[in-house]
Amino acid sequence: MTDLTSLTIMQAGQKLAAAEMTSVELTRAYLDRIEAVEPQVQAFITITAEQALEQAQQADERRKKGEKGPLLGIPLAYKDVVTTLGVETTCGSRILEGYKPPYTATAVRFLEEAGAVMLGKLNMDEFAMGSSTENSGYKITRNPWDLERVPGGSSGGSAAAVAARMAAGTLGSDTGGSIRQPASLSGVVGLKPAYGRVSRYGLVAYSSSLDQIGPFAHTVEDVALLLEVIAGHDPRDSTSMQTADTGFASSLKQDLKGLRVGVPREFFIEGIEKDVESAVRRAIEKLAELGAAIIEISLPHTQYALPTYYLTATAECSANLARFDGIRYGPREQAGNVLETYRKTRGEMFGAEVKRRIMLGTYALSAGYYDAYYLKAQKIRTLIKRDFDEAFRQVDVIAAPASPTTAFKIGEKVDDPLQMYLNDIFTLSTNLAGICGLSVPCGFDQAGLPIGMQLLGPGFSADRPNAGEALILRAGHAYQHATDWREKTPAL
Amino acid sequence: MATYEPVIGLEVHAELLTESKMFCPCAVVDATSAAPNQHICPVCTAQPGALPVINRQAVEYAMMVGLALNCQINRFNQFSRKSYFYPDLPKGYQITQYEHPIASNGWLDIEVAGSDGQVISKRIGIRRAHMEEDTGKSTHVGDASLVDLNRAGVPLLEIVSEPDFRSVEEIEAYARKLRSILQYLGVNHGDMSKGVLRFEANVSVREAGSNVLNTRTEIKNLNSIRSMVRASRFEIARQTEVYENGGEVKQQTLGFNEVTGETRSQRSKETASDYRYFPEPDLPPLMIDPAWVDELRAKLPELPDAKRGRFVTAFGLSEDDAAVLVSDKAIADYYETGLKAKGDPQKLANWITIELFRYLNEANLEITDLKVGPAQLVALINMVEDGQINNNTAKDVLAIMLEDGREAAPIVEEKGWGLISDTSELEAIIDNLIEGNPDPVHSYLGGKEGLLGWFIGQVMKETKGQADAALVRDLFAKKFDTLREQS
Ligand SMILES: [Zn+2]
Repeated sequence: MTDLTSLTIMQAGQKLAAAEMTSVELTRAYLDRIEAVEPQVQAFITITAEQALEQAQQADERRKKGEKGPLLGIPLAYKDVVTTLGVETTCGSRILEGYKPPYTATAVRFLEEAGAVMLGKLNMDEFAMGSSTENSGYKITRNPWDLERVPGGSSGGSAAAVAARMAAGTLGSDTGGSIRQPASLSGVVGLKPAYGRVSRYGLVAYSSSLDQIGPFAHTVEDVALLLEVIAGHDPRDSTSMQTADTGFASSLKQDLKGLRVGVPREFFIEGIEKDVESAVRRAIEKLAELGAAIIEISLPHTQYALPTYYLTATAECSANLARFDGIRYGPREQAGNVLETYRKTRGEMFGAEVKRRIMLGTYALSAGYYDAYYLKAQKIRTLIKRDFDEAFRQVDVIAAPASPTTAFKIGEKVDDPLQMYLNDIFTLSTNLAGICGLSVPCGFDQAGLPIGMQLLGPGFSADRPNAGEALILRAGHAYQHATDWREKTPAL
Repeated sequence: MATYEPVIGLEVHAELLTESKMFCPCAVVDATSAAPNQHICPVCTAQPGALPVINRQAVEYAMMVGLALNCQINRFNQFSRKSYFYPDLPKGYQITQYEHPIASNGWLDIEVAGSDGQVISKRIGIRRAHMEEDTGKSTHVGDASLVDLNRAGVPLLEIVSEPDFRSVEEIEAYARKLRSILQYLGVNHGDMSKGVLRFEANVSVREAGSNVLNTRTEIKNLNSIRSMVRASRFEIARQTEVYENGGEVKQQTLGFNEVTGETRSQRSKETASDYRYFPEPDLPPLMIDPAWVDELRAKLPELPDAKRGRFVTAFGLSEDDAAVLVSDKAIADYYETGLKAKGDPQKLANWITIELFRYLNEANLEITDLKVGPAQLVALINMVEDGQINNNTAKDVLAIMLEDGREAAPIVEEKGWGLISDTSELEAIIDNLIEGNPDPVHSYLGGKEGLLGWFIGQVMKETKGQADAALVRDLFAKKFDTLREQS
């Protein structure tokens, strides 16, 4: 019998539907796998084994009663940035140690309603700030392909858990590349949906105008299944879009004939690793072989994405993280007066990167600096958005690298924040523009480390009823179907 | 020596008494009496990941106030974050309208006494009115501070006037009128002891007749109209003295000490503030459809000025009576309910403004606390009209009604205070009087008809005022006619 954890969500769903196995068996297989490899990978902050088996049993009962559904009984795990009722949610930060939320995030609730099983909560850079998961207040997650290397970040736990087959699929969050970059570095598929596609209710905010929940899995097909469930309007999130667009999974059946694929010249720049560039270029050729038309395009404001992102995200986070004061939840460092208590609690419980970004954002919003920094960044943001609007008049999807490098060594960039920030250079503008992006494995470098191709699609607009996600999932699926990168798995 | 005049602008914070809070489904409750932290949820306690959603009813209430204050209602609305740390502000920022308020450029006419004592009308500019959320409440107990978040997230409307006031009488008239408008709109009950209305006064003084705007101070957290008036009066005097002594007024934020009646500089730690406003990314801009504004405009209830005009023209009340009756919605409601119970407009107005007000003042009560409803009062007044009791008795009956809430008729009956209209009983008294007072009778018959009053008075004395005076007069007239014929 094959190891059940090597099944895709689609395959596992078929086996469950055919009564060839139960969700309890499948869940046990994942819990065994976690027990075996988690000590090396360190992807989880919390493992909810007991609860998982209960949920699996419930899923089996629901199925017995005639219920169907592709996620019914499928074991998943969630980045520790989405709230889960009564289950510790830390955001990778000591300031939320022991915090058990009084409610469940909408995306997780949708998955629960669909019958998914929760295996646990996944490690991340503290409050999603980072590109390596080294900024976690709890542990450093290892890349399953090379345990000396990072899995990427900030959703490093989510990417590594899928790569190491410790969950069939996971949820992450992407503010500037935090799904696509770790998907690329860990050799799995990761999707950042268009802004407003998935409810942010229960997603602990880093940067409210950029954050978006998205899925990780081994295949584009699986990612489409997960998106299908978590997408949709939520009256609790005023930024979630009113849209009837679904059918992500069914859009995969279409081939690529006539699909226009844009290749932005600004994304193939100096500093990009040779192996990465050639792998992505070969992948684009593959898309052409599959019938797509390749068109060179320009996104002229790309060079401003990094400063624009860091001003916007840090400004928003400086307010978003103000609530962590030790008063209502989380540990408190009591001092003589309330101001000192704030200072001590936040000073001791936040990590260095979080403090760096809060200070940067506080500065950018301060009287006398607001116009020069925050407001200017918003103007450039509009220009970046226009670049993409313009591009999507000429092409259906955009293909580019997801990250300029493959997985780097743990500790390699930790003392150089700027170098770390540059790892997100190809993903930041997506969030600024509110569009969607997918990272699909497209090969390995000479050291055998995975490389990801990024496919970008349009966000919401009235004249494009065709969801951007449907386009990039279709392209990614066709590509994955025509290649066999998935056959190589990390040796753990 | 120069005389000085104050220049004052007011900010009024009015809670909007919607069913639910500004950004979450929690109920809006009386923060002074509800058990603490019972009306809270992930949103208003700022749990990680929770998001705000705008309350439509709060927006409607805000628009209604804007319309009542003759403001333009702005199509483009945006919320911003105002950041500062305080335990009763769970998110570490307040969601408030900053650059794009819901209403702007309005005015309110107030009535104040002119120099010759005549009532004159003065127009006060309304700069803007914007929506925001209230904070929780901190209570300090010994070394500890307790935080109640029931109030956190309750909708607030901040109404900012232009610095158009030149006396404390004007700010008082404005505050009272604004309070009454909010009551009429049904968006705020105006009970300041519940903290639903709070004030901030920006005060400066200058040489009378000058056009300069001198440095102003800001008096915060004034919880009643009375405090606002006291604090402003103190501050005007303080600043005047500073200038008279050749000093300079420092720009600062002040608190008001209710006990000493003095304003005091607040510790700079709390107030040295850069609020770092920026647009709230969790709430997309709110576009107000002009059709929505029209719909609300059409539904606005009758406001105090219109009601006052109607009372004068329709019921012939004096301007003063009408103004008093409309000043508080509860009083106007009482009056109009009384009219529906077929009360005479003028008599009812008199009874309310004289007898009821006296009682309310003495007992320190609101009209809504009365045990006597408008229909009961009208029934009492009508007993006087029907000659069942006289006016003085009616006041005594009312006193009892106010104490025990009973109807007038059974009280009159029980006390035996009904007018004696039994002709034979009165005739017996009259006969006795005529027999016992031959001299006055003689004088009367001789032409001193003014003595009739004396005779009636004697009957009233005999009957302890309960005789029906009109009837007694008739009976005397008949009696004397008979005597005249006999002689
Ligand atoms: Zn609430």
